[in-house]
Amino acid sequence: MNAILQVKGVTKRYGGLTANNDITFDVAPQEILSVIGPNGAGKSTLFKQIAGFVTPTTGEVIYKGTRISGLPPHKVARMGVVRTFQETTIFKSMTVRENVIVSHHLRSKASLLGFFFGSAQAKADEAEFGKSADDIIDFLGLQAIRNEMASNLPQGHLRALGMAIGLATHPEIILLDEPFAGMNHDETMRMVALVRRLRDERGLTVLLVEHDMPAVMKISDRIVCINFGEKIAEGTPAEIQANPRVIEAYLGSEDAAIGM
Amino acid sequence: MSMPRLAGVLAFLLGVFVLVPLVIGMTGRWDFYYTLTSVALLSVAAAGVWLTFYIGRINIGQGAYALMGGYVSAVLMTQYGVSFWLTLPLAGIFCAAISVLIGLPILRLRGVYFAMVTLVLTEVARLTALALPITNGAKGITSIPLPGELSVFGMTIIPDFATLENPKLAFYLMAALLMTLTYLILWRIVNSRLGHLCRSLQQNEELSASIGVNTAMLRVLAYAISSFFGGLAGAIFVAISQSIYPSSFVVQDSVNFMLYCFLGGLGYVFGPMLGTLLLYFGWDLLSIAKEYQLLIYSGALIALMLVLPNGVLSLLDKKGGRK
Repeated sequence: MNAILQVKGVTKRYGGLTANNDITFDVAPQEILSVIGPNGAGKSTLFKQIAGFVTPTTGEVIYKGTRISGLPPHKVARMGVVRTFQETTIFKSMTVRENVIVSHHLRSKASLLGFFFGSAQAKADEAEFGKSADDIIDFLGLQAIRNEMASNLPQGHLRALGMAIGLATHPEIILLDEPFAGMNHDETMRMVALVRRLRDERGLTVLLVEHDMPAVMKISDRIVCINFGEKIAEGTPAEIQANPRVIEAYLGSEDAAIGM
Repeated sequence: MSMPRLAGVLAFLLGVFVLVPLVIGMTGRWDFYYTLTSVALLSVAAAGVWLTFYIGRINIGQGAYALMGGYVSAVLMTQYGVSFWLTLPLAGIFCAAISVLIGLPILRLRGVYFAMVTLVLTEVARLTALALPITNGAKGITSIPLPGELSVFGMTIIPDFATLENPKLAFYLMAALLMTLTYLILWRIVNSRLGHLCRSLQQNEELSASIGVNTAMLRVLAYAISSFFGGLAGAIFVAISQSIYPSSFVVQDSVNFMLYCFLGGLGYVFGPMLGTLLLYFGWDLLSIAKEYQLLIYSGALIALMLVLPNGVLSLLDKKGGRK
């Protein structure tokens, strides 16, 4: 497999607690790969390490042949690996459109001084960002709430806005942290379709962490299952569903229900 | 620039540079020049504090930079004979440079932790000024000359203040000009992409980093600009009083700068300017209440914060006004 992202022996220890232990897997270009596991299995820690928010104790993350683990998050984002957040993390006191526009920062060519003095490049950038923001808003079907204050939005729209923020950076890999959490069946199915379109229409590689098993099974090309910080299985949805270690991990824990 | 905005700017300039001198000239209340000069300079320093608020940091350490800027200007003028007009930018740049060194570690802190550290800064600055030989300890630096002549290619742009009939007016005009420039810069920052990025930082630093904003750099940049303003204001205060002591700027001043911002409104560029004016004059007016001055003053502050938590300028918004 010609991997776009390689996670190699990533281990993260917090004092005596090992959050991730020697996790290794590859991600193929334009793949939808889900990381699953019971609560506290270390999925979010793994994501944080890929996006540069946390540096692995040992091991490394390779993106297109370059090591990205240990770089600060803004550098990782500039290379094309962007994370959206578990909570509905957005800029609350901005409108939807402002949220998306400011998130184009990565692509600005003008310098900060250029912005201050309003140089030609800065103006060109602003115009381009506005247009691109409108494109993204249309793509996600957020036209109606374009000028709404983000703090006034309901859950579903917030999640979509979070995705819009991620898209605005024009990533190659987008890391979605629990995109279906707290959604009802209809909302989830709509979101599943949307994530598919990210891949099909925008050519993104999607990594997601998720608890909603039916959605994961439906959407994923491949699944990596983590328990107690260690990778216990990797494979297609069918393989994962049949894997005795995965079933044991889920049945052994209180939150049970792999949902099949 | 839209018409009402242009009209507002013109009215402001007219008021500050024409009306105030006219009214003072007519009433003969020359002491108001000193008060208004102080307001203008304090609002320059408060503008810096406001900018750090804008990136989501509570800055209670502006007094440290005002003191630092004052000493830089005083030392350069008395010991090296540098012209005041050169020491002014140097004081600002010195403060900005120091603030980068201090800011790099402390700007990683958030919320109350950052506030506590900056609160200590003012006290550290005072003790440093007491201890260093170059600042002349508790005796301070006195008999600092008035700003000299500023000339370019033999053309006198600003005459020697000592030869002026009325240096109070000159100081007032200088401070008002500096204030105007400061708020022009601030307004431009806030209304350009820079301001957008600052707001993203204020609202969510992690998300800001994940969309590719170099948050550490932007924080330090905003803090450096803030300290630059603090240094400028301090340097001019020194030129006016012609002296500086370690206690010229104390913790109380740092707290006041923060209050000016709070009162004027953290969401409005001109908030700190209005806040400074109201609080400074309010305090002076309340002196008629004698021993109840502080009681009434602090009571009024608490009441204002309860009634107008977003600052006095939020009154404009309620009437459907503009920012």
